[in-house]
Amino acid sequence: MTIPATLDIRPSSLSPDAAALLGRFVLIVLIAGALTAVDPGFASVSNLLNMLRQASLLFLVASGLTLVIIGGGLDLSVGANLTLSACLAAAAIKTTGNPWYGVAVAIGAGTLIGYANGLMINRLQLPPFLATFGMLWVAQGIAYWFMAGQTIYGMPMSFRYFGTGFFLGVPLPIWITLVVCLACSILLHRTTFGREAYFMGANQTAALLSGVPVERRRLLLYVLSGLTAGIASLVYLARLNAAEPGIGEPLLLPAIAAVLVGGTSLFGGNGNIGGTALGAILLTIIVNGLNLLNVAATWHPFVNGAVVLVAIIADLVISRRRSGSG
Amino acid sequence: MMHGTENQDEQGDRSLHTPKGSASRAPGSEADAPLLRLVGIDKSFPGVHALKNVSLDVYAGEVHVILGQNGAGKSTLIKTLYGAYAADRGYIEIEGRRVAVARPADASALGIAVIFQEFSLIPYLDIAQNIFLGREAAFSRFGLVDSAAMHAAARTILDGLGLDYDTHAYAADLGVAQQQMVEIAKALSQNARVLVMDEPTAAISERESDRLFQTIARLTEKRVAIVYISHRMKEVQMLGDRITILRDGAVVTSVLRDQKSQAEMVGAMIGRPSGSQLARTPRSPGEPVLLARDVNTAKLSDISIEILAGEVVGLAGLVGSGRTEVVRALFGADPIASGEIALFGSRALATLDRRVRAGMALLPEDRKREGLALPLDVRDNATVASLWRSFTSGWFSPAKAERDTRGLIAQLGIAAHGTRQSVHTLSGGNQQKVVLAKWLAAGSRLFLLDEPTRGVDVGAKAEIYRLIDQLVDGGAGVVVISSELPELVQLCDRAYVMRDHRIVGHLAGDQLTERAILELAVHQ
Repeated sequence: MTIPATLDIRPSSLSPDAAALLGRFVLIVLIAGALTAVDPGFASVSNLLNMLRQASLLFLVASGLTLVIIGGGLDLSVGANLTLSACLAAAAIKTTGNPWYGVAVAIGAGTLIGYANGLMINRLQLPPFLATFGMLWVAQGIAYWFMAGQTIYGMPMSFRYFGTGFFLGVPLPIWITLVVCLACSILLHRTTFGREAYFMGANQTAALLSGVPVERRRLLLYVLSGLTAGIASLVYLARLNAAEPGIGEPLLLPAIAAVLVGGTSLFGGNGNIGGTALGAILLTIIVNGLNLLNVAATWHPFVNGAVVLVAIIADLVISRRRSGSG
Repeated sequence: MMHGTENQDEQGDRSLHTPKGSASRAPGSEADAPLLRLVGIDKSFPGVHALKNVSLDVYAGEVHVILGQNGAGKSTLIKTLYGAYAADRGYIEIEGRRVAVARPADASALGIAVIFQEFSLIPYLDIAQNIFLGREAAFSRFGLVDSAAMHAAARTILDGLGLDYDTHAYAADLGVAQQQMVEIAKALSQNARVLVMDEPTAAISERESDRLFQTIARLTEKRVAIVYISHRMKEVQMLGDRITILRDGAVVTSVLRDQKSQAEMVGAMIGRPSGSQLARTPRSPGEPVLLARDVNTAKLSDISIEILAGEVVGLAGLVGSGRTEVVRALFGADPIASGEIALFGSRALATLDRRVRAGMALLPEDRKREGLALPLDVRDNATVASLWRSFTSGWFSPAKAERDTRGLIAQLGIAAHGTRQSVHTLSGGNQQKVVLAKWLAAGSRLFLLDEPTRGVDVGAKAEIYRLIDQLVDGGAGVVVISSELPELVQLCDRAYVMRDHRIVGHLAGDQLTERAILELAVHQ
């Protein structure tokens, strides 16, 4: 035994997950502080709310994806799902004039696509990458066929409220995000379904041999991913006031980036929804800051890529050190 | 299509094997110097002394059979001979000269070839290409491979073995026995003088075996030495000129054919005279918890098993005899083709998750791959099978999970820092206890334990035995698979013995001895 020369002041009561979340939050505060120092306009309420509103769309697409990835799967169809759901909802609203039909159509279409993904993976034993990669093109193709080269625009104000309205001074998309985030968090940590999802993601065979009904759980995970894509499509449609093919696909890679920057492993079994929320905010702030600093848009992908890599490497180093010492 | 040699000899002609004993050659006569000698080979792995001072003489033109139970050291011995393992002590001599075999390439250069149970042929190369794989340069002409010359050379080798296979046939189109013959041809093309065969008849039919034995007879006539690993008594007595019996990594005895009876050889493999094991206290079992009748699967034939509440039933047999497949089929992990399984008197429990909820538990052979989520913590792993039962509403309470897990840690004596320690940092014995904890939490009443003490230390082993006793005293039915016969005999009230994916015997009471199990488990 040796007597430690310094006191160990690490917060030993902090769980690894909490520490990872705190680290990301501190990073966001630091970046925000630095940007405020460069341009005080960054910290204005309107800019901050605007950024959160942008991040909320990214988060909504990434939230269901986070659940799927924690459960050991992958959903590449979330962006195309958003496109198709938004186009169908726009058409429903245009023809009926009733925004609630649009809500029902978007949520129905999104969920159905997720259900189809889960079914393909369960019944045909397709790897999730292949099944959802195929679904990406199928959903996109249906959207192109359905829209036949048209753009649907001009949603009624009662519907646009979802994307542009405020409640208690906070944009409605942020409220929706908070509700979805809370719901996912409760699902993951306070239901048996969530605990089983982590176990499936960590070792699917062991989950199966422990009596977890893996196929049913997996189906629900993909349905939830489709559901959040459907919700995201409504927010997107309400903000943009228009729907056309191709609007959702560019969100796929940023959504995966938000999940990874949020600390969820692509191999499943760990991660949490709060991390994805912070990941979405971090990626949005960085783009905002690059604009503020007049960095050419051509450099944005490079910076985003670097952020994703740094986040992944940092998590890896920390977890290796942890398991090495434990 | 290809034909073997059956057009030359009627298949199944037992007289084929008599040349072995003919006076035309005197295999292994002591006057000759041995072709191959292993002298004082010693090899340890962490925690296992795999080979203990093993010496072996192999003479040209003889079949030297190595006999031993699972884990006796046969595989380690072959791998050492082949240069896949380095011996800690001891050396190898060929024709009286000490040689260094540090790598498989060294063994090949010395004329030592091994035919493993898993063949190494490349499926979409033809027979000639497979035989000369990596040595095509020998047929090079103007920088290209002279295919005709290579096929002619392959033809010569196959003819020498009495095989009329088309050298243009792809390996993928060959049967198992034919592939094995091509492996032999490949070994001979490298001028092998010592041919090691690891349980060559394990995967082939009796008729194909007969052809293999003919080939072996031809090879011995050409003064090739055969080292033949087997546990099939019939083959051992038919083929073996010299028989060496290994037990626990050491040579028990090395005898010429007919010097020992089959019973004596089985006794030498086991090591203890039968009847020396600990006395079991007879239990009084209750109602049947599991009834399987005529269950057939892709890998099993006609399995009928009955397990009663309050008894420990063994599933004995050699590795590969189908023991694991039986528990997987009973558990619902593998589909069954026909037959019926009644669990706790009900036939309606068709799926794995329903069987778990009815009270069935499986402790898999490979706990890291099939029993645990290694990156997750003790709590996650210990509660996963009982979530449906502890939290019937579907809402999960971390506080209750924490309490339950603490209780299980205390009950099983799991050495962990706390409930949140990830299980990959636990020792093998403690990991095994976490798997058991999972099923205790699930309230299981029928436990299928596949090698429950493999890779756990002596202390944890004793605790697992004690736990099995507690389970049975509490009215659970327990099925134990173990390759350690003393363990099986000690733990079980009765045992089913398996061979070739079917149940070949049932032993209870005083009949349940190591010798009786082994006599049923090995091929007669």
